[in-house]
Amino acid sequence: MTVADRVREPRQTTSPPVQPRPRRVGPPLVMSAPAMAFFAFFAIVPLVGVVILSFTTWDGLGTPTWAGTANWAGVLSDPVTQHAIRLSVILTVASWLVQCPTSLLLGVFMAGRQRYRAVYSVLFFLPLLFSAAAVGIAYKSLLDPNFGLGTALGIDWLNKDWLGDPSLSMPTLVFVIAWCFIPFHSLLYQAAARQIPPSLYEAATLDGAGRTATFFHITLPQLKNTIVTSSTLMIVGSLTYFDLIFVMTNGGPGNATRVLPLDMYLRGFRSYDMGGAAVVGVLLVVVGLAVSFLLNRLGGSSRMDSQMDGL
Amino acid sequence: MRGNKRLAAIGAAASAAALVLSGCGGTDPGSGGEDATAWVLTGGSEATFRSSFESWNSDNADREIKTDWFGNDAYKEKIRTAVGSGSAPTFIFNWAGGSLADYVGNDDVVDLTERTKELQDRIVPSVLESGMIDGKLYAVPNNNAQPVILFTNNKVLEGAGIDGAPTTFDELLDDVAKLKRAGVDTPIALAGQSQWPELMWIQYLADRVGGPETFNAVINGEPDAWSSPEMLKALGMITQLVDAGAFGDKFGSVVADANADAALLHTGKSGMLLQGAWTYSNFLTDAPGFAESGDLGFANFPSVAGGKGDPANIVGNPANFWSVSAKASKEQQDTAMDYLNDAMYDEEYVDTLIENGGVPVTVGAEQKLADSEQAPFLTFAYDMVKNAPNFQLSWDQALPASQGQALLTNLSQLFLGQKTPEEFAKAMNDAS
Repeated sequence: MTVADRVREPRQTTSPPVQPRPRRVGPPLVMSAPAMAFFAFFAIVPLVGVVILSFTTWDGLGTPTWAGTANWAGVLSDPVTQHAIRLSVILTVASWLVQCPTSLLLGVFMAGRQRYRAVYSVLFFLPLLFSAAAVGIAYKSLLDPNFGLGTALGIDWLNKDWLGDPSLSMPTLVFVIAWCFIPFHSLLYQAAARQIPPSLYEAATLDGAGRTATFFHITLPQLKNTIVTSSTLMIVGSLTYFDLIFVMTNGGPGNATRVLPLDMYLRGFRSYDMGGAAVVGVLLVVVGLAVSFLLNRLGGSSRMDSQMDGL
Repeated sequence: MRGNKRLAAIGAAASAAALVLSGCGGTDPGSGGEDATAWVLTGGSEATFRSSFESWNSDNADREIKTDWFGNDAYKEKIRTAVGSGSAPTFIFNWAGGSLADYVGNDDVVDLTERTKELQDRIVPSVLESGMIDGKLYAVPNNNAQPVILFTNNKVLEGAGIDGAPTTFDELLDDVAKLKRAGVDTPIALAGQSQWPELMWIQYLADRVGGPETFNAVINGEPDAWSSPEMLKALGMITQLVDAGAFGDKFGSVVADANADAALLHTGKSGMLLQGAWTYSNFLTDAPGFAESGDLGFANFPSVAGGKGDPANIVGNPANFWSVSAKASKEQQDTAMDYLNDAMYDEEYVDTLIENGGVPVTVGAEQKLADSEQAPFLTFAYDMVKNAPNFQLSWDQALPASQGQALLTNLSQLFLGQKTPEEFAKAMNDAS
C-alpha cells in the first residue's frame, strides 16, 4: 500500500483551490431543439406507443383491442418468459465476466508504445469492422460440425455440435459476442490507459514497485471511470443484444438461447402477439434504464470528476 | 442577428418535425399509382416468376406489374406489417392456411371465386381447395406442388447392405441400425436448427399412425387433441428414432436454408433425407453429378404397421399462392385478375416450372413431364400428388401463427430429448 499512499501524497499537501461551478456551459437551449425533436419522435413517441400496445391484443392485422392487464399477467407467468429472463441474466453476467477482464488487460497491453503492440492492435480491432450478420454467418459456417473448420483441418475435437447442443450453444454465443465486442472495449481502455500520466509510474518505479504492483495500484484505480462506462455499455448491451443471436441460433436449439430481446421478437413477428411482445419490450426498457442508472450511481458518475487532482 | 439565428433554429426544428410526421404517416395505401405491384420470393420458383412477369410487362406496357423481390424470412415479416398497415402490394404472396385465414378475417384480400374462373379450370382441384376458406376462393396457386419426399443416397444404402428406401417404419429402424454398423454416423440427414424439417417427421408419422383425423382434431380445436393416443404414439416414434441415433448427434447445427442437409446426403455422409420436393432442384444445382448418377432415390414415407393412415397420403405445401389485396385500387385489381386469368400457368409458365425441376399443379401435365429431362423424378412426384387421398398442409402453416411458433419450439425440444412426448403434448394442449 505504500506506493499508493506515496502517490496520493501530493493531494494532501497542495489541496486544489475550490473552483466555483459555472452555472451553465455550452450553447443556448434552443440549439438542442432539433435533437430534442428527433429524440421525441423516434424515442419517446414509440416508447409511449409500446406501453399502450402492451395493454392491447393485436395480431398485426386489423385494429388493436383493449385487453387490460391480461398480457402482463400472461407474459409474466409464462414459463417461456421466465426462462428468457434467466437466460438474459446468465448472458449478461457471463459476457461481463469474459469481456471486462479481457478487454481491460488487452487495452492496457495495447497502450504500450512498442511497435509490435501497434501491429497486434490492428489485428485486435479487425472484428470491429465486421457487421454482426456477417460475423454470425461466418461463425455458423466455421462451427458447422459436418462441413466446418474441424472437418477442414481434420481436428475432431472441433466437430462438436456447438450451436445445436443446448448445453453448448450459450457458451458458444458468449464467446462469439465477446469476440465482437472486446475490441471496442479494449479501445476504450487503451485510450484511458494512455491518459495516465507517466509521472505516476516513474514515482512508483522509484519506490520499487514492480509491474503487478503498478497495475493494481496505479493503472486500475486510474481506469475506474472507464471501467464504469465500459461495464455499463457491456451490461446494458448484453441485456438488449439481438442480432448475432438471431443470426446464429434464432433462439434455438429449443429455447436454449431465447433471451429476452429474442423472446420479444419471436412473440411479435413469428407468433404475431404484438401485445405480449410489447410487454417484453417495456420490461427491457425498464430494466435497461434501471441497470444503467444504478451502475452510474454505484460507480459515482456524479462524482466523476478528474482523478488527477493535484498533478 | 442573434434573434435571426434563434428563429432559424426554430424553423429548422419545425421543418424537421414536419418531415418526421409526414414520414410516419406513410404513403396513401395502394391507390397511388395505376400499376399493380407484386412482392415475390427469391429462390424456388424465382425463374418462373421472373419470366412470367417480364413477358406480361412487355405485352402490356400500359399496365405493367411492378415487382419487388425478397428472401423468405424477410418477406414473411414484412408482408404482415404491410397488410396490417394497409400498404400491401396488389399481389400478396402467401402459403394459404392460418395466415390467409387472418387476412380473410380482416377483409384484407378479395374473393377470387368468380373472377378467376379461367385460371381455376387449369388447376388440380385438390390444390385449389387449399386456397378456399368457407367455400370461397381467396388464394390461387402460383407455382409447383411441394410434397415431402424421402430422398435416399442409394450408394450409401448399398454400402450398408440395404436395398432401396424402407417401406415400413420397422424397416426404417432396421436400416438405421445397419447404416450405423456400416460407419454412417448420421444415417438420416435432418436440419435441426431450422426446426421446420423436424415437422415433416411428425406430420408423416401422425398421418400414418392415425390418419388425417389425428391432426384435424387439433385444427378443429378439440380439447386435448395433442395427447390423443395416436399423436402420442407418433411422438414416441420420434423419440425412438432419436434414441436409435437415426439423426446422429449433431443435427442441431444443421441448417436447411443453406442446404446443409441436402449436402449431407449428396456427400455420402447420410443415407436418407426427408425434405420437400424443392430439394430436388438443389441437387440439380449443387451436385449435378449425384443427381444424374442414378444414386439419388426418392420414395413416399414408410407405412406404420397397424396404422390407420393411407400410405399414399402426403404432407407438404400444395403450392405457394397469390392473393389480391382488397386495398388495391380498381385498376390494380383489374390488372391482377387479367394477369391471373391470362398469364398464370400458360404454356410458357408450365414449361419454365418443369425446366426448373418443379411439379406444376395443372391438370394434364403428364405428357410434358414425361418429355422433360427430369422425367423420372417429376413423374414420380406428379403421380404422388395426383394419387394422394389426402394432402396435408404443413402444420406450422395450417395452424394460427401463435401456435405455429410454439409447435416448432416444442418439437425441437422433443428431438433434443429435452421433452418427452407427454410433456410435448401437454405444452401444445396448453398453447392451443
